[in-house]
Amino acid sequence: MNKYTEDDLREELKTKEYEYGFYTDIESDTFPVGLNEDIVKAISLKKEEPQWMTNWRLEAFKAWKEMTEPEWANVHYVKPDFQAISYYSAPNSKPKYNSLDEVDPELLATFAKLGISIDEQKKLSNVAMDVVVDSVSVATTFKKTLGEKGIIFMSISEAIKEHPELVKKYIGSVVPQKDNFYAALNSAVFSDGSFCYIPKGVHCPMELSTYFRINQAGTGQFERTLVIADEGSYVSYLEGCTAPSRDENQLHAAVVELIALDNAEIKYSTVQNWYPGNAEGKGGVYNFVTKRGLCETNAKISWTQVETGSAVTWKYPSCVLKGDNSVGEFYSIAVTNNYQQADTGTKMIHLGKNTKSTIISKGISAGKSQNSYRGLVKISPNADNTRNFSQCDSLLMGNECGAHTFPYIEAKNKTARIEHEATTSKIGEDQIFYCNQRGISTEKAIALIVNGFSKDVLNKLPMEFAVEAQKLLEISLEGSVG
Amino acid sequence: MDLKEKLISSFWAFENHQDEDTYLHNIRTEAIKTFENHGFPTKKEEAWKYTSLNSILKNDYSVFPKQENTIEYNDVKKYFIHDIDTYKIVFIDGKYASHLSQTTHDGMDICLMSSALSKPKYRILVENYFNKIAKKDSLTSLNTAFSNEGAYIHIPKNKMVAKPIQIIHFSTGNESATMLQPRNLIVVDENSHLQIIERHQSLTVNPVLTNSVTELYINKRAIVDYYKIQNDTLDASLIDNTYINQKQESICSVHTFSFGGKLTRNNLNFYQHGEGINSILKGVSIIGDKQHVDHNTLVHHTEPNCESHQDYKGVFGENSTGVFNGKIIVNKEAQKTNAFQSNKNILISDKATINTKPQLEIFADDVKCSHGCTIGQLDENALFYLRSRGIPEKEAKALLMYAFSNNVLNSVKIPEIKQRINKIIANKLGVNIGFDL
Repeated sequence: MNKYTEDDLREELKTKEYEYGFYTDIESDTFPVGLNEDIVKAISLKKEEPQWMTNWRLEAFKAWKEMTEPEWANVHYVKPDFQAISYYSAPNSKPKYNSLDEVDPELLATFAKLGISIDEQKKLSNVAMDVVVDSVSVATTFKKTLGEKGIIFMSISEAIKEHPELVKKYIGSVVPQKDNFYAALNSAVFSDGSFCYIPKGVHCPMELSTYFRINQAGTGQFERTLVIADEGSYVSYLEGCTAPSRDENQLHAAVVELIALDNAEIKYSTVQNWYPGNAEGKGGVYNFVTKRGLCETNAKISWTQVETGSAVTWKYPSCVLKGDNSVGEFYSIAVTNNYQQADTGTKMIHLGKNTKSTIISKGISAGKSQNSYRGLVKISPNADNTRNFSQCDSLLMGNECGAHTFPYIEAKNKTARIEHEATTSKIGEDQIFYCNQRGISTEKAIALIVNGFSKDVLNKLPMEFAVEAQKLLEISLEGSVG
Repeated sequence: MDLKEKLISSFWAFENHQDEDTYLHNIRTEAIKTFENHGFPTKKEEAWKYTSLNSILKNDYSVFPKQENTIEYNDVKKYFIHDIDTYKIVFIDGKYASHLSQTTHDGMDICLMSSALSKPKYRILVENYFNKIAKKDSLTSLNTAFSNEGAYIHIPKNKMVAKPIQIIHFSTGNESATMLQPRNLIVVDENSHLQIIERHQSLTVNPVLTNSVTELYINKRAIVDYYKIQNDTLDASLIDNTYINQKQESICSVHTFSFGGKLTRNNLNFYQHGEGINSILKGVSIIGDKQHVDHNTLVHHTEPNCESHQDYKGVFGENSTGVFNGKIIVNKEAQKTNAFQSNKNILISDKATINTKPQLEIFADDVKCSHGCTIGQLDENALFYLRSRGIPEKEAKALLMYAFSNNVLNSVKIPEIKQRINKIIANKLGVNIGFDL
């Protein structure tokens, strides 16, 4: 057998295209490019939204026009031309289906390629899926099972129609329309997303999950997710993304709002694998996401993310620890390769007494990528006995990449206890040698070491995701160490 | 007329009094233009996010003191490290005070910036070093524009400077608020050793604003220890900009002791050019009242096998604010770098604030870099232990705080400074700990 050398691997990787890079030919209902008040109104009309929602969008649009794109992040990219994007694209095959058989077979084939066949998911795993293709929810499963518990899990456009009182009360309460440039844009033009409400005292029996995909060429995707966990409830929410490969940059500006009322717990896990661009840094998705959760008394919000895709990532899942004794957690693995850039981290805003937060961030950079951790821990004067622990570790592979840490710590209370530590290192030659010596190839050894490095975070993922995430790590880093 | 306009118009008045000197004239005019374009930094700038200059800029500072004041040595003796023999370069309101100073030209130059800038024999050094590593930001440029006085020190090769050098700036500011802009240039050639103690002291209740710039060049294998003692009055503010350029195998340590002053901002920048360099940055801040101390450090590693060690401790009481903004940059060529940064803080009052931002920017893979920062309180158990042994609460707290900041003092090489700092700490904590710390 020929020896498989690193050169072979490098060669193989050069030619290896993005695995999930295919394009499904579904006839789409696409709006003309550009953004103005009429487009916002048209989106709202198309979604058959009530007047208050239209006004809400217009308000956001007005604010957005006044704002400028933020530049403080440690990323460099060609700014998207917001007038060259089509703000609405929905698969044409309507109306909604009662069973999977009615779904466009081509679409089903797409899912099969992605390895997320709804059929299989439905039968074998205990996961309810709200599959989103190009912004419109196509199939919602397990709705009935959830319905019996009083859990509302539907697309946000349906929720606006069916549960306007909930949406009206909570939308924009954590991420206001004017929060930032991309949140304002999203608020104005969001096409669809997921809505989830867990009633008082209900422990959601299954992991809720959504898959987002960007499918149509040149369309931006503006998702809006709203998760409300009422008093004493529990929900674990999974979000995963894969996108077909495209040459021009695609924009993804999502907003996720989590509301955990008294004693509630929300666990929000993300695996992000948008198209990162090819080896020369051409193409790839811009991922500018605003994610924030609000914790009332004794509530807990836990963010877990595995970020392997996107050309540019700009994302800070945050927790506002408003209620006393609330807990915020953030576990993140960010992997960048080739020309990818990631500026990600979290904000922990401690407002209540005895609040606790934990931040574990693992950054792995390879190729010519740049990986930054940016985080804020803020202790307000009234937040007595708060506790924060932050750990940011970076792993560098090769000397053309960069790892950066920008933690901000603001403490205004003398009883706060805050610890922050960060390290940067590379994979030790001795570690690889040890593995080689035991018959483990270098490539496998690296996967093993990276897995160990990220274990703290991988462990926090739900089972189904952990496996996928591990695979993703391997794929993302293949051939990055020579 | 606001301060910016006043400074710009004073500049032209000042510049017309200077001798015809195209080289320096060009540097100064360019600098004032930079300042004119940028103005004073505001909180909108990332580096000034946590420090606002507004409160100190509203005073009507006189830029050039109208009358010369003299002070007696006995009145200000306590501000000197007087129990050891030292060289002294002393300024009163920005003017050189020869009766308090002790300079030399014997084998080395420990003298004045004004003579270095005006005398032809220093011209080569000035052209090689003056304003070369200083950043062209607005405050440094402002200083450059007005630079005419300060310390000029040049230590030639293979020279062990036997006595430390004290650089002390007094401000008397009898008539009004005063703004001072001292400018120091220090060049240490190969294999030489140098110790410097720097202090800014206000003797008045009028507000004083000092915008100081120091450029320090450390050549191969030279060793420099720099001690900054900042224990000024509540009306004095200091913006200290220090730029240090290190060549291979040189060692430089800077200790910053911030115990007083209305607003103290330390911009401490290390640029490493060569292999085997060691940079040491240590700091203790113990403040109360409405004081504000901001340490803004940068260590830039550009070549392999270098080290940097940062250790900053802070104790913040009453309404004080502490800021730490440390940055380590490791270029991709700088393999085998060991860079460490630690910032530990204790808040002892409900109204005190800490903002800390330790940053790493790393482009090389074979490095060991870490940073850690903590904010916490005195250990209840340790306090209880001490009290159970009959030590009153106040003293027990002081002991613990002393212990907290002690390891920064360990690396101080001049025992007299260590003693002095110990006394200041004990004094700050308001206790007589009962043994000579």
